Amino acid sequence: MRLDVDDLAYGYPDKEVGRDVSFSLAGGEVLCLLGPNGGGKTTLFKTILRLLVPRRGRVAIDGESVGDWSRGRLARVFGYVPQAQFGVFPFTVAEIVLMGRTAHVGPFATPSRHDRAVADEMLRALGIGHLAAQPYTEISGGERQLTLIARALAQQPVILVMDEPTASLDFGNQVRVLGEIEQLACRGIAVMLSTHDPDHAFLCAHRVALLHRGRLAGLGPPREVITRESLREVYGVEVTITEVAGADGRTARVCVPAISASAADRSLPPR
Amino acid sequence: MLVAFSVGRYPVTPRQLTALLWARLAGAPTSLPPAVEAVVFRVRGPRVLSAVAIGATLAAAGSAYQGLFRNPLVSPDILGVSSGAALGATLGIYFSWGVVGIQGLAFALGLAAVATVYAVGAALRRHDPILVLVLAGIVVGTLLGSCISLIKYLADPYNQLPAITFWLLGSLSSITVADLAAILPAALVGLVPLWLLRWRMNVMTLSEEEALALGVDTRRVRLVVVAAATLMTAAAVSVSGVIGWIGLLIPHFARLLVGPDFSRLLPAAMLLGAGYLVAVDTLARAIAPLEIPLGVLTAFIGAPFFIWLLAASRRGWQ
Repeated sequence: MRLDVDDLAYGYPDKEVGRDVSFSLAGGEVLCLLGPNGGGKTTLFKTILRLLVPRRGRVAIDGESVGDWSRGRLARVFGYVPQAQFGVFPFTVAEIVLMGRTAHVGPFATPSRHDRAVADEMLRALGIGHLAAQPYTEISGGERQLTLIARALAQQPVILVMDEPTASLDFGNQVRVLGEIEQLACRGIAVMLSTHDPDHAFLCAHRVALLHRGRLAGLGPPREVITRESLREVYGVEVTITEVAGADGRTARVCVPAISASAADRSLPPR
Repeated sequence: MLVAFSVGRYPVTPRQLTALLWARLAGAPTSLPPAVEAVVFRVRGPRVLSAVAIGATLAAAGSAYQGLFRNPLVSPDILGVSSGAALGATLGIYFSWGVVGIQGLAFALGLAAVATVYAVGAALRRHDPILVLVLAGIVVGTLLGSCISLIKYLADPYNQLPAITFWLLGSLSSITVADLAAILPAALVGLVPLWLLRWRMNVMTLSEEEALALGVDTRRVRLVVVAAATLMTAAAVSVSGVIGWIGLLIPHFARLLVGPDFSRLLPAAMLLGAGYLVAVDTLARAIAPLEIPLGVLTAFIGAPFFIWLLAASRRGWQ
């Protein structure tokens, strides 16, 4: 499986958000989209998922444009983890995850025993099996995020698109989700995620796409793309990038921002 | 239902009722007065059965609309079915048409109102589709309400105006077997797609983008569900007049009992809706020498009950 994004211009009918975005993604690869707020990350994801129509360019799977694919076919290829959603009706966590099976269920049918088994498996894989009978409307933000990830995995997609999957999680759950992403990639799933934390990109990404004002400001391995210079340009902050030995024996790169210097650099008004 | 058959201006004892039913089934002659038979089979029979059918229909349509619009405060008339049907009936009465003409016009204008709302919603593609539909429904409903007021103003105050007012309050008192036969097919045609799409309906209660990303063709499902629920509501309203509250209240109560899963919610809401309307209609006949309009009574019972429901349930829909 291979995803190609060719010369994509994206946005809304009356407003362009970004343009000239091209990259490709293969199974087993983790691509991390990094960029400031309002840089167009979510809009780019929605365009790739065909929730928005591209203004120009195309999205293709194995060379075939997805432009005229049915919703069901798209949903069997792309799994989507949106930013935290609040439900209206008190569906249980198990029911929400089961909804991930919709694209595999006929339009007039209800989920089969196999569908339920897949949903249960995903609940357990993400360590939220004990929440199965809880109403989705009454669990915490982090638990909701894990539920949405389980739902997307129940879709059994070949490409998983995650919009800031670690945003509302506590430290432990952030690490757990990053670990889960690595495992998914090992199983051959292509993962595309956005994050605000360059350290997460260092931890889990094979490649990083730096999105600035709707355009790609960098694309490549994390250590080439995430540099002092690029972060200064995109975020306007001063950082030091250093290597530390991780608890699992791997060396990890981390960004340490200089708080006072960055404040001076952006010439913020005094508090 | 047994109580409903028995109570009324002409009391029928349960024993008479069972004897009568048995006689009808077995084909044996009865010793009961013919008036009893007439009351049970011609007057009360159609009335109770239509209360069952209309209550179930309105509750089913309400469940579908609440899910589709992701809003538990929505009722079946959100897209202007009731206003359209009311205008149709008002016009029919104004032109002194027969019962069939009045009901036919009510049905046709009910569907036309929703078609207008839907067309407006589809024309304004740029905005959130749900929001546009609801707003268009409110605008069209208000416009139709003004038309009704205009006709009431023009109507003959001695014959037509009372008839219009009576219709707008809703009643099952003049329902015949023929009415029932006319609305049942429409109600069933509406019910079948709702039941078939029961799993898709669950997914439709998520946000628009989530439903799309999970593989649901939201535009098509929305069109089918709106058409089905509108057909059901228009059929019910065209014979019974505007009976409020059932489509709003009953789905809540059903959700509280069986949860939001549509495959359980739909049958539960239909049973409760049928039971509620039979009970209210029986009350309307029984508590006063003069029959109380149904629309008034459903609101009198429904409003306090709804407030109690909100106060008593913490997990209603939040």
